[in-house]
Amino acid sequence: MRLPPQPGERLDRAQEVTFMFCGKPVRAFQGDTFGSALFAGGQRIFSRSFKYHRPRGLLCCSGACPNCMMTVDGIPNVRVCAEPVRDGANVQPQNVWGSLDRDLLAVTDKFGGPFTPVGFYYRTMIRPRRAWPLYEKFLRNVAGLGRIDKHGARRGRYDVEHRRAEALVVGASEAGIARAKELAGQGRQVVLVDENSDVAPVEGADVVAPGRALGIWEGGLVPVDGGNVLYRYRAETIVVATGSVEQPLAFPGNDLVGIMLPESVRRLVEDWAIRPGKRAVVITADETGRESAQLLRKAGVEICGVYDLRRERIREIVAKGRKGILRSVEIDGRRVACDLLVMSGGRQPAYSLLAQAGARVEYDDSTGVFVPTEIPDGIEAVGSVTGEGIGAAIPAATYNGASGQGKCFVCVCEDVTDKDLKRAISEGFDSIELAKRYTTVTMGPCQGRLCHLPSIRVYARENESDASSIGTTTARPPWGPVTLGVLAGRPHEPAQRTSIHHRHKELGARMMWTGTWRRPYSYGDIEGEVQSVHGAVGVIDVSTLGKLLIVGSEAAEFLERLYPNRFGDMKTGRIRYGVLNTDAGRIMDDGTIARLADDSYYVTTTSTGAGAVVEWFEWWNAVWGMDAQIVDVTGALAAVNVAGPRARDLMQRLTDLDVSNEALSYLDAKHARVAGIPSLILRIGFVGELGYEIHFASPYGEYLWDTILERGADLGIRPFGLEPQRVLRLEKMHILVGQDTDSESNVIDANMPWIVKLDKDDFVGKSALEYAQARGPRELLVGFEMENGRVPPEGGQVVLSQRRPVGRVTSARWSPELRKVIGMAWVPPEIAHDGAQFFVTIDGGFDKAFVRLRPFFDPDGERLRS
Amino acid sequence: MNEFTCAGEVTVRPKRDPTLRELTSYVYFRRNVAGVQREWWYHRLGCEIWFQAERDTRTNEVLRVEIPESAPREGIAAHEVTETPDMPAV
Repeated sequence: MRLPPQPGERLDRAQEVTFMFCGKPVRAFQGDTFGSALFAGGQRIFSRSFKYHRPRGLLCCSGACPNCMMTVDGIPNVRVCAEPVRDGANVQPQNVWGSLDRDLLAVTDKFGGPFTPVGFYYRTMIRPRRAWPLYEKFLRNVAGLGRIDKHGARRGRYDVEHRRAEALVVGASEAGIARAKELAGQGRQVVLVDENSDVAPVEGADVVAPGRALGIWEGGLVPVDGGNVLYRYRAETIVVATGSVEQPLAFPGNDLVGIMLPESVRRLVEDWAIRPGKRAVVITADETGRESAQLLRKAGVEICGVYDLRRERIREIVAKGRKGILRSVEIDGRRVACDLLVMSGGRQPAYSLLAQAGARVEYDDSTGVFVPTEIPDGIEAVGSVTGEGIGAAIPAATYNGASGQGKCFVCVCEDVTDKDLKRAISEGFDSIELAKRYTTVTMGPCQGRLCHLPSIRVYARENESDASSIGTTTARPPWGPVTLGVLAGRPHEPAQRTSIHHRHKELGARMMWTGTWRRPYSYGDIEGEVQSVHGAVGVIDVSTLGKLLIVGSEAAEFLERLYPNRFGDMKTGRIRYGVLNTDAGRIMDDGTIARLADDSYYVTTTSTGAGAVVEWFEWWNAVWGMDAQIVDVTGALAAVNVAGPRARDLMQRLTDLDVSNEALSYLDAKHARVAGIPSLILRIGFVGELGYEIHFASPYGEYLWDTILERGADLGIRPFGLEPQRVLRLEKMHILVGQDTDSESNVIDANMPWIVKLDKDDFVGKSALEYAQARGPRELLVGFEMENGRVPPEGGQVVLSQRRPVGRVTSARWSPELRKVIGMAWVPPEIAHDGAQFFVTIDGGFDKAFVRLRPFFDPDGERLRS
Repeated sequence: MNEFTCAGEVTVRPKRDPTLRELTSYVYFRRNVAGVQREWWYHRLGCEIWFQAERDTRTNEVLRVEIPESAPREGIAAHEVTETPDMPAV
């Protein structure tokens, strides 16, 4: 039922739109919102309240309150009063068991009271403890607003855009538009954002609508939610013209369906030509109520009374209804039948953005509201957000300590009543910030728009203090609801690839992530790849290793200070393994260090640690100022490791260098051409077999890879991936930093005390390691093998006979070479000796394991040295 | 990832053979002042230089930025640190 066409209505009556509500078609006009169309069609109950499941209807009708939240096309918590209609949309109510009119959970309103007092989740349903799973199951089902599709995927595209504005005006209110025009007239580049979509173009300004400013951060950063794009504005001047928000009155029954704020009435009549009721009562603390009364009269609504709280001293207001729908209101005992009650408790400036920007918020006695003061530089406030033009309301009259006939809601979002607040105060929560956390008042979907002022008024009255001394709660972003999609932005996962990447793909490798690197997991045959390294020769792409050149007259001294081992006594052309520690004595990274010349070292790091190590080195040298240049050549150089008993045969075919064991022994480093490419050859024991690591310029990656596979074909060469590499390294008990160690591990507990030279001059972590050594290990990293063939999970518990967890498994693999399951684990020192037995949890059972302290494979390293 | 990384307040590395308390307070404790503090910053996506800034933690205002003078190897260390002859302030 619509009124005849109204001047300035938003409807295009020539264009009909149909959408579905609860499975039934609803007809609307272009220009309607889902909410206005439903209201025009006779729907009065729009939602059920959060806690008591009370029927709720349109209250603010401007997208601020939670009363009209529904699920539209699967998106929960859409405020249908502000969401423009779309043809064919599917609208469903939420937070109901049954239907809007008959919600089974409404029993909580009648009987839930004693069981759900304020803060009930802190004290009821706690005992007996055993019953908690039951309570929890029930609560999880009834709690929350709306449901999201658990299996839902990213829908739609979201993006982030960085923008600049000389002046950013937030809010297309009259004052906002005027200021935008003025600034544009001064030649400034002006952007105007408003959360509503129907903003007329403003000359000289860019209009972003809908665009909801979510907050103001330092440096003039204002993220604006544009639906599926987040505009990150950096503005020199920010003009806040967010206006003011109409405030409800606090009296028993103030949430009944049919009680509205003046703006709601205005929009229904003027924008959508809808008569909001038949018989209306107006109770107002400012001028807007009178305007509503006039408007309603014109729309043919019978006005049964206008009560102006500024002039009349009213002691008691009680709204009464049936099944949640307003039937009458009693004013000081006089009953007036009505189906519409317009209430106006004055207007509160929407100062949140200003407060976020650093403005102070003060109580203004003359108007009875909080106004922003001390606006920081670069920020302007214009219009009613400053408190200007807000007609004086009489705060005392807007809440008079409701007498207890029915519930008097202070916060409709979270169903917090005045009783709840009083109870919180009597329990000692006498600061508004604490009460907020305890009662959750102002923490609901309206973000305090409708409950902030009323709650402070109740507080002031109950504490017998004035509102100014109560203060306010902190305004935090986001100032409006924002979808997770907008916050997530575009899916963006940067990947680093080695120069040999495409060869791995061609060979059918399954790729995996290691940090930001893409690396081959295996080429399809993990055991075969392991066996080719043990039996013939294998090749692995290790280009992802961090690679640094340290050059300078003090390079040796620099490294001696960073690592616990010695480097000064190292001969040119030799290699040492090193573990980096922090000053807390914790393991940070590991790798090899090769001395290339007197003043030059080549350092490798773990694949994922390269960036951190470079920063670490640079930082220490910013402190020490030594003559040691640090050059990160990680990306410039590629590297492959050739390993296996036939690796030497292969190398002989690739280089003129004498690669005999005498000329190039274990832990030697030499420059040579490999397949014609200038390379650095490091003979190290990466995977426990005779091996050579070849470092060379990245662009030759594919060429050298191809040549190695070609020349090694008749030797049985196979490429191997990361998984076989882990098996091979585990056989040698080579630790994997970050896998076998964590941020608490130190080298002494990790069973590598030989690496620490405590007789050395100071080095990073020395003092901590001295204390760690004096204290003795609290747990030790040891190898183990399983009695049977089951592979325990990484992170599996180590237990002794008392069956209490005393340690954990960090690595475990089936070794095809050794025909058994091996691993690494942290265990108590008392069982850290060869052959000691413990148990590991697997699938709830306990499997026996034996401690092993020496490498499982080639314990004396004969194969690496051969 | 941001262009600049803050590595926290400038601390004083204790001299050789610190007591356990000296060591742990250097490793684990920070002053966490509400006011001006001196911090380490790294220009990660740029010139890759470590520098120090004096920043007011209440307003985020940066009062001073400088590349610290390298500490001499022997004797007195630069900038406010006097008790770390061979391993200057970090």
